[in-house]
Amino acid sequence: MYNPYAKRKLPMYAQMVESGQAGDTDRDRAFQDKIDRNVRIEPRDWMPEGYRKTLLRQIGQHAHSEIVGQLPEGNWITRAPSLQRKAILLAKVQDEAGHGLYLYCAAETLGKTRDEMTEELLAGKAKYSSIFNYPTLTWADVGMIGWLVDGAAIMNQVPLQRCSYGPYSRAMIRICKEESFHQRQGFDIVRALVEGTEDQKAMAQDALNRWWWPAIMMFGPPDADSVHSEQSMKWGIKLNSNDELRQKFVDQTVPQAEWLGLDIPDPDLKWNEERQSYDFGTPDWDEFFAVIKGNGICNRERLDARNKAWDDGRWFREGLMAHAEKNKQKIAAE
Amino acid sequence: MSPKPGTEFPLWEVFIRGQHGLAHRHVGSLHAPDAEMALKNARDVYTRRNEGVSIWVVPSSAIAALDPSEAEQNFAPSESKIYRHPTFFDIPDDVGAM
Repeated sequence: MYNPYAKRKLPMYAQMVESGQAGDTDRDRAFQDKIDRNVRIEPRDWMPEGYRKTLLRQIGQHAHSEIVGQLPEGNWITRAPSLQRKAILLAKVQDEAGHGLYLYCAAETLGKTRDEMTEELLAGKAKYSSIFNYPTLTWADVGMIGWLVDGAAIMNQVPLQRCSYGPYSRAMIRICKEESFHQRQGFDIVRALVEGTEDQKAMAQDALNRWWWPAIMMFGPPDADSVHSEQSMKWGIKLNSNDELRQKFVDQTVPQAEWLGLDIPDPDLKWNEERQSYDFGTPDWDEFFAVIKGNGICNRERLDARNKAWDDGRWFREGLMAHAEKNKQKIAAE
Repeated sequence: MSPKPGTEFPLWEVFIRGQHGLAHRHVGSLHAPDAEMALKNARDVYTRRNEGVSIWVVPSSAIAALDPSEAEQNFAPSESKIYRHPTFFDIPDDVGAM
């Protein structure tokens, strides 16, 4: 029988990363010693093949998530309720493109070309975060993405600023500086709705009902079902467990929902005095794995949009290259 | 359609002067067909929040670097030359500021 949990570790934004294996040579031991001493690994340093491959998969999937993540929100740019909201959303979506760029550049230092990564995404061979395969049905969804999805992303990305690979760590530092704006603009959208008419508040509640569980699932399956995380943790490319980060996210977000006057759609959600933390229910993991496998509501649409953008932009990219070539020849002739 | 191999834009390294009076610092990389587009893209991506007052772009292929595996022989010689630091010299207090 298909066991969705078997042999998988799914850090958020990079949900299908299987970790490579460490070797047992002197070089491997010296490498591990460097990581244990908190010395960053840089592109031209020696590294075990498993480390390189695991990082490539993780950073690549993270980069693809940033790029595909532009689509659900891009859906609302032309229909934002005011010029200011439109300018803010546009800036946010532009930021995501930049985040994709930083991460692709980090991945390129590990020896894979941008074209190879683009090709994998367009062919449907590369994974990206399952959250972006859900549709944005109303304006309130744009608020939920900022508040919950970017909120969850921050939980995951802040510790990655200290990850062992220099270029990845530096990309995360830049990204984290900008994510805080994303979460706050989302919260501000939701806040405006709950302070509006009854219909607007109902719209916010409806959006929360649809986004809560997908956001909870962004952290990946429970630790008990994770096989490959240990090596990634040893290598310093995964710093917290899925459940740790998920708990942190719930504890931080529930009081915010209360402040907004919105109900979290989880009947099992309850403050645990002893743990000083919230107990909460179990997400529908079957749905999670169905989406990962390509059967989410928008998987096809997202890939089609990326392919169309790539194909439609071809003449422009080729024109830029031709122009650059022509200028080079002109300068050489002078 | 998948990308044509070999048509990728060249890679550029981006350096930004954060404030007047400071040196340019490496902030990241990007792909662009030529220097003009690299500068435009660098402005659009790396100075979105007042991060800079000046930008340099350099083709990544033009950068030469020391081999990291030879770091020890390259940098160790200066470690033992502590007399190159002012703190090596003991100046009596009553000499005054120096």
